[in-house]
Amino acid sequence: MIASMRRFGRWVSLVSKREFSNSSGFEKNAEQSPKSLNLYSAINQALHIALETDPRAYVFGEDVSFGGVFRCTTGLADRFGKNRVFNTPLCEQGIVGFGIGLAALGNRAIAEIQFADYIYPAFDQIVNEAAKFRYRSGNQFNCGGLTIRAPYGAVGHGGHYHSQSPEAFFCHVPGIKVVIPRSPQQAKGLLLSCIRDPNPVVFFEPKWLYRLAVEDVPEDDYMLPLSEAEVLRGGTDITLVGWGAQLSIMEQACLDAEKDGISCELIDLRTLIPWDKDTIETSVKKTGRLLISHEAPVTGGFGAEISASIVERCFSRLEAPITRICGLDTPFPLVFEPFYMPTKNKILDAIKSTVGY
Amino acid sequence: MAVSRLASSSSSSGSSLVKPISAALSFTSSLRRSLSSSADDSTTLTIETSLPFTSHNCDPPSRAVETSPKELMSFFREMALMRRMEIAADSLYKAKLIRGFCHLYDGQEAVAVGMEAAITKKDCIITAYRDHCTFLGRGGTLLEVFAELMGRQAGCSKGKGGSMHFYKKENGFYGGHGIVGAQIPLGCGLAFAQKYSKDETVTFASYGDGAANQGQLFEALNMAALWDLPAILVCENNHYGMGTAEWRAAKSPAYYKRGDYVPGLKVDGMDVLAVKQACKFAKEYALKNGPLILEMDTYRYHGHSMSDPGSTYRTRDEISGVRQERDPVERVRKLLTSHDIASEKELKDIEKEIRKAVDEAIAQAKESPMPEPSELFTNVYVKGYGVESFGADRKEVRARLP
Repeated sequence: MIASMRRFGRWVSLVSKREFSNSSGFEKNAEQSPKSLNLYSAINQALHIALETDPRAYVFGEDVSFGGVFRCTTGLADRFGKNRVFNTPLCEQGIVGFGIGLAALGNRAIAEIQFADYIYPAFDQIVNEAAKFRYRSGNQFNCGGLTIRAPYGAVGHGGHYHSQSPEAFFCHVPGIKVVIPRSPQQAKGLLLSCIRDPNPVVFFEPKWLYRLAVEDVPEDDYMLPLSEAEVLRGGTDITLVGWGAQLSIMEQACLDAEKDGISCELIDLRTLIPWDKDTIETSVKKTGRLLISHEAPVTGGFGAEISASIVERCFSRLEAPITRICGLDTPFPLVFEPFYMPTKNKILDAIKSTVGY
Repeated sequence: MAVSRLASSSSSSGSSLVKPISAALSFTSSLRRSLSSSADDSTTLTIETSLPFTSHNCDPPSRAVETSPKELMSFFREMALMRRMEIAADSLYKAKLIRGFCHLYDGQEAVAVGMEAAITKKDCIITAYRDHCTFLGRGGTLLEVFAELMGRQAGCSKGKGGSMHFYKKENGFYGGHGIVGAQIPLGCGLAFAQKYSKDETVTFASYGDGAANQGQLFEALNMAALWDLPAILVCENNHYGMGTAEWRAAKSPAYYKRGDYVPGLKVDGMDVLAVKQACKFAKEYALKNGPLILEMDTYRYHGHSMSDPGSTYRTRDEISGVRQERDPVERVRKLLTSHDIASEKELKDIEKEIRKAVDEAIAQAKESPMPEPSELFTNVYVKGYGVESFGADRKEVRARLP
């Protein structure tokens, strides 16, 4: 049993003893003492390191020059100059298309879309150009150096256009990767991996956690593996899978369920496509029950893909139907946000009814 | 007395924004007609706009604008009301009664008021998210505004839209759009429908200098020009796209020229009479010839939204400079007092009344309840096909059939 000394947001050391996920050699132990940082500072550090280590890395997007609306890009323009860190006009389609071109010549193009809600004009570029570039040119060309960063998710009062979770749309596109971190320490490592990954990546950052999540983050250059899920807490009764800000809600539900004697295993998917089926499968084969939770609307959300795949692989081991606690099938509401969101109580309810099936 | 033209693509951030009101007044005195009495409705005044219109591919309208004391008074009243409303919204936001994002229009009131003076409620206006004052101009009430901002049932969108989504169908106000630039193709579609129904009306589709770099603007412009639609694209150029100055975002900040084959007109957006003249001209033009671009040179005192202090990318001196030299409400106040239409005291009394009206509306809006939880599911699809989700995992849906 993993020593559950860690509570969400306070990680004492980098070295993780995980029973289930395959830990590869990417992680390094903390060599310097880690500093306490919030999410936007961790991302800022990652960007500084990325630009430092690769002279052909560029950061661009709307308003990034002065630091960006969430301060993720502070100090970059001053340190690396206006030729590497620059504002673009207000044109998402143009930004991503331009980034694809830049990446096609071997550069690392780190494009910022100001809010994930605005990524749709660029959808065509991502789906039709970025995802298929390597494939259709028979590996002559690729835009692997492209990383698109966008803040996503509810923020308490964002309303229709500052709260959306569009990850499911992108998970339907072979050729790109979709990565979502849950915390500052994860974000820094995952972002560096995304930037250095030779495939185009869409990196969604949970905006609610920009200031809220504070954690010890090592100051050195470290990368976390992509396409590997991480088991956050071990359990035997039910597996919970989620990503991003939702994990903290799920963790609270797990703690409450523990009081009722239900042992929950919590897994952070981290990379949504290509996703780590083996880790989830191993876990579900052990517990026999699965609950998936995400903020995006339930119909057609990525939970549906996980559910279908796990049913294919683990049908005979399932003790109860797979359950999804997600946002409702409505536009993201303004005043109704508390009703829309997949809250701790809804998850707890579902845990109990699944375990008691 | 030559008045220098506004430099169209100057890269200096501050100097081209500030053109003194005094220049306007010195012209008006030369064309002033004698007035009989202050509140005489039948008098026509001809007042010159502060600056001549700059045009692209068309003949600009005359600088001499016909107006009347009554109209000027109404301009003052409406703009002062809008100003007061926006400032009240600012305080409500800080008191956390308004949540979400709130984009304020103070400084730009002349555009909304001038436009209304030139058109009817059958013409359509569609704009972006800085829509509180446009809504008011289209006949919205203060109660509807504040209730919608606070997310209450009495709001114009039943509390479900919020600050960025005000609509008034019966008065031709099509909103209220959060996604930048998305309203422009919509506006061209409205214009097509108007042309088709032959009712001699036009659509004004407003957007900002930030949106001027969106691809869909040019797509819509091409369609409107191809089919000769009565669409007037109004670029409310407040010189900053959120935090980015226009010269850093656009190779050519002469937005009125960017239509190329579509003619354009550059207007001093802080002068309500110039706006009125331009919109009148634009409506006549569009009904005969097809689309036109109006660039309103205006300014916002607040930041982009309430989350933006507005001072990290521009100096406080610039903001106060514009407020001193070009404020639209002050300009009309000076016109009224210099033409003896109203005294300072009368204007101050009007402002007091406005304050009271705003406070009352806020109090009334606070009384209004939040929308019912079942409203979460209504109007996703058509006609009350309300769907409710229930069950332990909220996955089961129950639909109410019509």
